[in-house]
Order: sequence, then C-alpha cells, then structure tokens
Amino acid sequence: MDLSLSTRTVGDRTVVEVGGEIDVYTAPKLREQLVELVNDGSYHLVVDMEGVDFLDSTGLGVLVGGLKRVRAHEGSLRLVCNQERILKIFRITGLTKVFPIHTSVDDAVTATD
Amino acid sequence: MTEGDGMATVELRFSALPEHVRTARLVAAAVARRAGVDEAVLDEVRLAVGEACSRAVGLHISNGVTAPVRVSLTEDEKKFSIEVGDEAPRAVTGHTAEGDAATADALSGDDAGAETDDEMGLAVISGLVDDVEVTSDETGGVIRMSWPTATASAVS
Repeated sequence: MDLSLSTRTVGDRTVVEVGGEIDVYTAPKLREQLVELVNDGSYHLVVDMEGVDFLDSTGLGVLVGGLKRVRAHEGSLRLVCNQERILKIFRITGLTKVFPIHTSVDDAVTATD
Repeated sequence: MTEGDGMATVELRFSALPEHVRTARLVAAAVARRAGVDEAVLDEVRLAVGEACSRAVGLHISNGVTAPVRVSLTEDEKKFSIEVGDEAPRAVTGHTAEGDAATADALSGDDAGAETDDEMGLAVISGLVDDVEVTSDETGGVIRMSWPTATASAVS
C-alpha cells in the first residue's frame, strides 16, 4: 500500500524509482523527494514509474510541480512508463504533451531532445 | 424496504483524512466487481472514486469541516452508481471540468497546490467516466457517477 522510493545516479541524470501507490496520502513523500533532489542540485530527473500500481491526480500534481522546479534550473523531468492504465491518466489530462515518456530507463537517461 | 427502492447497497462514512481514501477505493472496487461491472473497467472505478474522495477530503480539510465524507455504492439491474458527498459549503452551483483547461491551469500556477489538484481530479473523473454529474451548493457537493453492469451490456 505504501510508496517506495529509491534514487541512483546515471551519468548526469538522477533516476527516481517509484513503487506502490501514489495517491493523496503518499504523494507528499514523492513531492519531498523531488524537492530535496532539486535543492541538492539534481536538475535532470528520470522518474521510473514501472513499479507504480496506482496513480491519481495528486500524483500528477506532484510530477507537474517537479517539472516546474527542474525547469527553473533549465533541467528536465522524464518519465519511464509502459503501463497502459497509468499512461491513460496522462493522456486524459493532456500531460503526455508535457512530459517526455520513455519505454525504458536506458532510453530516458540517454535522451537529449 | 427492499434493495432497488433507492437504498444504497453499501454506504461508507470516513473521517476526512487522506489515509482513508485508499480504503474507499478498495471497498468501491469490491462492490463494483460483485455488481458485475466489467473487470476492464474496475481500474477506472477505483481511480474515479479515489479522485472524488480525495477532492472531498481536501475540501473538508481546507474548509475546516469536521463531518465525515460520505460514499454510497448502489447496485441496480442496469448500472452501478457511486455518490461521493462532501459538506464543504460554496457559493457556486454546478461545475464541470475540461482536461486540457485543467492542465493549462496546473502548469500556469505557481505550484501544484490544492486547487490545481482539485481541478485535475475533476479532469480525470470527466475523462474516465461517461456518466458523471458534479453539483454543489451552500451545504456541500456531490459527485455522482455510474457504470453499466455486465448484465446490462449483455442485453443491450
């Protein structure tokens, strides 16, 4: 039920691996993690959502907040997601136009466009 | 009174705290499954009821409302209905959200605060659920949603 978070560095990118459920209760933990990374100078983030079982609009709000923070430092926030039920939420809110969504972490850490 | 006379199949009242929203999602999905809602749609039911409850919890907290959030799950012959009610007073009547508009608002704001979460929540609900009605008045608001049950889609 809980949210799991782990981070690692790949080149100039920081990969945040998220697992579990991102909802109104757990989203603040993800927000804290993203804020902490940006405050520590990590401006190129890859959020790996492959282990996410559930995502709601509170989670979307946190990701949008993270994107705004890294953009303030000319950074980037890329997502890794292949799960149709999660992708659908990005689509219906129009956020597929806002986030680069990749099919693998390898793809996300090497992407430059 | 028998089932079908307008009485909810299952009713839930929970303190307006974020940690209870997951419970509401689990209960709604379990009752929807039993009512014959298609397995493929259960994820949508779970997400939509979670969004509605998150919104209600947020409204209660931000307005200092101590009353519980109400969820009623009703099964009838053709459809499965969910009503999520809050008691946060507001002046507006009737409100609908468009996905793109909510997204644009979320991105133009200073931070992803409660208000943008609220609009994005409504955007998700209206994007997911075909039959949805959002109303509010000075005594609170109600989100009504329904899904066809398997027996209904089989005969139609």
